[in-house]
Amino acid sequence: MDDLYRDEILEHYRRPHNFGTLPEPDAVFEGANPLCGDRITMMLGLSAAGVVEQVAFTGRGCAISQASASLLTDQVRGKTVAQLGEIGQEQVLDELGIEISPARLKCALLSLETLQGALERVPSAVQSPEALA
Amino acid sequence: MTAPAVEAPPLDPRAIRADFPIFERDFNGRRLAYLDSASTSLKPRPVIEAVTDYNVRYSANVHRGIYAIGEEATAAYEEARVRIGRFLNAPDAHEVVMVRNATEAINLVAYSWGRRNIGRADTIVLTELEHHANLVPWQLLGQEKDADLEFVPFDDQGRLRLDSYEVLLRTNPKLVAFTHVSNGLGTINPAREMVRMAHEAGALVLLDGAQAAPHGPVDVRELDCDFYVFSGHKTLGPTGSGALWARREILDAMPPFMAGGEMIREVHLRRSEFNDVPWKFEAGTPDIAAAIGLGAAVEYLAAVGMDRVRDHEHALTTYALDSLRGEVPEITIHGPETAAERAGIVTFNLPGIHPHDVATLLDREAVAIRAGHHCTMPLHERLDLAATARASFNVYSDREDVDRLCSGLRRVQQVFDRPMHGSQPALAEQERREGELIAQTRN
Repeated sequence: MDDLYRDEILEHYRRPHNFGTLPEPDAVFEGANPLCGDRITMMLGLSAAGVVEQVAFTGRGCAISQASASLLTDQVRGKTVAQLGEIGQEQVLDELGIEISPARLKCALLSLETLQGALERVPSAVQSPEALA
Repeated sequence: MTAPAVEAPPLDPRAIRADFPIFERDFNGRRLAYLDSASTSLKPRPVIEAVTDYNVRYSANVHRGIYAIGEEATAAYEEARVRIGRFLNAPDAHEVVMVRNATEAINLVAYSWGRRNIGRADTIVLTELEHHANLVPWQLLGQEKDADLEFVPFDDQGRLRLDSYEVLLRTNPKLVAFTHVSNGLGTINPAREMVRMAHEAGALVLLDGAQAAPHGPVDVRELDCDFYVFSGHKTLGPTGSGALWARREILDAMPPFMAGGEMIREVHLRRSEFNDVPWKFEAGTPDIAAAIGLGAAVEYLAAVGMDRVRDHEHALTTYALDSLRGEVPEITIHGPETAAERAGIVTFNLPGIHPHDVATLLDREAVAIRAGHHCTMPLHERLDLAATARASFNVYSDREDVDRLCSGLRRVQQVFDRPMHGSQPALAEQERREGELIAQTRN
């Protein structure tokens, strides 16, 4: 069977984890890949202590972009904004565990770009709760 | 053009392929099945040799050198212009302006003719089928001049609505610009009829021939248009080559587009006199090698015969539509139902499988197709599709390419629809999810 489309990737494509919307998100961001029309909207719900408690995404796109978003959102809960800001491209690609050609790299990394966009939109009061104290 | 006395035999793509060295390359034991000719075409040996010959034997500038190779370069460059003029059946080769591609040709018209002739509240009529190259330059001009853009819609088979066109022409547009053949859906537009209607309404007409000129006879006299543009690199020529044809009197009245050397007759510190057309529009050293290569390409096509090219691609498109519908019954093919109104372009989707994934899996079998929006985002918006897959043909394409596409698509379906422990096959699943989501958002 094709490595790129191994069972785990297709499972995440068919039944992505954390797929949906949050009724009252603290941060929302829509990322798009203008070249291929892939879109991912990510929503984050944070505790007063700045920890991500809820995450959801919706989107349309290829198996790679959707599976990548499913895998990435699985790692988000329980982490602080600062911790999530440290997630890099390598980590996302490792998680996917497949050889990605340069032409498909944008597909694989759209979820990370979207998460980073959402993190930038987290209200600063939530982001650094110590500032409130 | 005169009709041949004896009907020529149909084009033999196998013989044609022998002229394209890329088919000698080995792709994991297979030859390339290149189905992205609408994006750019492959190059035959005479084109490659013409470019090499210039670079090796006479790589001088044009219109300058008083020495042998300079004169040779000028002669070859101007000969290419004559051949391109003949390819379009232009009344005068001096009506052919050498450019880098169709995009540059349209920008030249928008900046030069458009800035002088389009004013506040003037209307430009375009269509919903246009490639971004025949849309964005007019958006910029419209914003600069406060002019209006109107769009001819298309029906559910990708055919322009001529009834709507007729209504739009009542706004007395200054210009109608539309694609001769749609790169997104393959629709062959009724150009002659649309030009006639535009002229009756007093508009000039620009035809974007990027997908038409490489694939059948083009006769600018018979079309009766005012501007015709095409890209050399889609016409078996090198990248960096293309042409704008326009009526002599229109070109004479147009101000220069880019300024510099070559396009001048006299230059003083505070004023200049410009060169005659077409050189008035060819500032700076052109892509000489590419232009000479395009001259070789149109000569190659003329020798094959553009009627035969058209008939070959028509027969192959008919075969492709039948094969795809027969062998991949789940497929959705966009655009005209039959090959009668369609050039060698077949745009499609497989249910639940993103075109990128289709293209990636086909690539494993050395089948090259395009996936995305093909520089026609408004068209895809109209169809409510984020992306489509597209197979497109040229002289070297044959039934084997189509057969490999069909069997490749069946294997793509097998990969995606295979039963697995947890989840349901096919993306009825994804569509169901999206349906739920839309309902959720609306509540």
